[in-house]
Amino acid sequence: MTVAITLAYLLAAVLFILGLKQLSSPKGARNGNFTAAAGMVVALGATVPLLHFTSAGLIITGIGIAIGGLVGTVGARMVRMTAIPQMVALFNGVGGGAAALVAVAELLKFGVHPQFAVLFPSVFSIVIGSISFAGSAVAFAKLQELMTGTPITYPGQQIVNGVLAAAIVGLAIAILALASVPLTFLPLMVLALILGVAFVLPIGGADMPVVISVLNACTGLAVAASGFTLNNFALIVAGTLVGASGSLLTKLMSDAMGRSLGNVLFGAFGQAHTAATAAAGAQGRSVRSASAEDLGTLLAYSQRVIIVPGYGLAVAQAQHAARELADVLEKRGVDVEYAIHPVAGRMPGHMNVLLAEANVPYEQLKEMDQVNDDFKNADVALIVGANDVVNPAARNTPGSPIYGMPILNADQAKNIIFMKRSMRPGFAGIDNDLMFGPNTVMFFGDAKDSLTKLVSAVKAA
Amino acid sequence: MTNELLNELTFFVLAIFVGFEVISKVPTILHTPLMSGTNAIHGIILVGAILIAAGADSPVTIILGLVAVTLATTNVVGGFVVTDRMLEMFKGRQPPKAPTPAEAKK
Repeated sequence: MTVAITLAYLLAAVLFILGLKQLSSPKGARNGNFTAAAGMVVALGATVPLLHFTSAGLIITGIGIAIGGLVGTVGARMVRMTAIPQMVALFNGVGGGAAALVAVAELLKFGVHPQFAVLFPSVFSIVIGSISFAGSAVAFAKLQELMTGTPITYPGQQIVNGVLAAAIVGLAIAILALASVPLTFLPLMVLALILGVAFVLPIGGADMPVVISVLNACTGLAVAASGFTLNNFALIVAGTLVGASGSLLTKLMSDAMGRSLGNVLFGAFGQAHTAATAAAGAQGRSVRSASAEDLGTLLAYSQRVIIVPGYGLAVAQAQHAARELADVLEKRGVDVEYAIHPVAGRMPGHMNVLLAEANVPYEQLKEMDQVNDDFKNADVALIVGANDVVNPAARNTPGSPIYGMPILNADQAKNIIFMKRSMRPGFAGIDNDLMFGPNTVMFFGDAKDSLTKLVSAVKAA
Repeated sequence: MTNELLNELTFFVLAIFVGFEVISKVPTILHTPLMSGTNAIHGIILVGAILIAAGADSPVTIILGLVAVTLATTNVVGGFVVTDRMLEMFKGRQPPKAPTPAEAKK
């Protein structure tokens, strides 16, 4: 590798680091993305002198870039804002797949007995890249609702996954010990793909962001490993940066949900059981529900309304309807704010993106700490498709699965309108006492339809 | 252990520390864009994919190279574009701005 190329790779690495730095503060976030993209262009440009194209090589490189560029641009541009998490999963998965394939191709070049320094990172990249690819595909399918988003569990699941993981490690050690390659990596790849699927199946749709973040960090490490195989500095540094920052980000995300990472990834145990008791508990207690007209009047004559948007609003794509309701209320002089729980929506921060898309003024979006003291002065807390994030059990019931999770104090508002599709418990699978509270009114239906009805009711009031 | 491998290990370990340090404090609203941004950065595997594809000379390497380049390009391009779309939403909303026309009329 010549000096110039190495220096260009160094520049690329610096741009990636600066980009990450900017991306983690609201001011420079968008520039950070450009900085990182510039780093990518520099790294790719620096690689050109290293290439000695065969004629077939030139053609497939061109075709690959054309197809990938088209799919990437169109996919990223056309996707609805609500579907962004699954797009991230998809783009992550293909990266993992690419890392595994690069390792395979490089390994084949070294013939029958590659050195340990080549073999070890290749095996690592193949295993981790394949897990990331298959796991991301399942995460995509769950979020895109191509399959059920609820955890898929069966007896002995942890044991099966454990055996799979052990088999992969055993096979990997055997390959390393024998240092004999031809095609032994094929069963390794197949096992890793199966483990990727099996690992994500028992994790529920609402926890997918954390899973995607884990797989994102994994892909970073797989890329770094491929860098060791290819002796490529850019791959090692950029891949490792993503592996490390991705791991930290995963931890920050699960912290924001008030849960440990282990609980998120392996917590599906006993899920069905809790849900069953919750359903039983819900029977026999009565809830109040009201007509859109009544609620419209209540809202129209309030001074202060706090909207608590949640997963249900994201699913129903009701962000524009929510904005419309806020607008008609403001026209009547009602103060409207949005209380954003850190994990509202499908990913941390996702709700801010959705509401920003609906042109909700930034000043109206309040983070949990800013808004929690305001609830006691609010006339109405309007809960749109949120559940666990306003469940007082997190504060009051030690032993509840969500005990200790920070929640929004919606229960302190004078009136609570709880908009929900049904009485079904939320993702955590537990009863929400707030629904049965004396000041709570349930308003059943799809979030978008319900909000539209409330808009007309407020206008009529 | 060769010199080259030693160098690579050094970069690897240092990059781990930098990766942890650089995003130590991220507001929750940026978690998703940041994840998406890092996701685009590991698209650097495109460099590896092109190195493989360029020298392809057998049916096996041609297929591997083609698929790897396609997947990696999707990762890079899709990753950066989707991140930009997310961040675009926050543009201009950060500084406190004058009341909107609707508010001013009140």
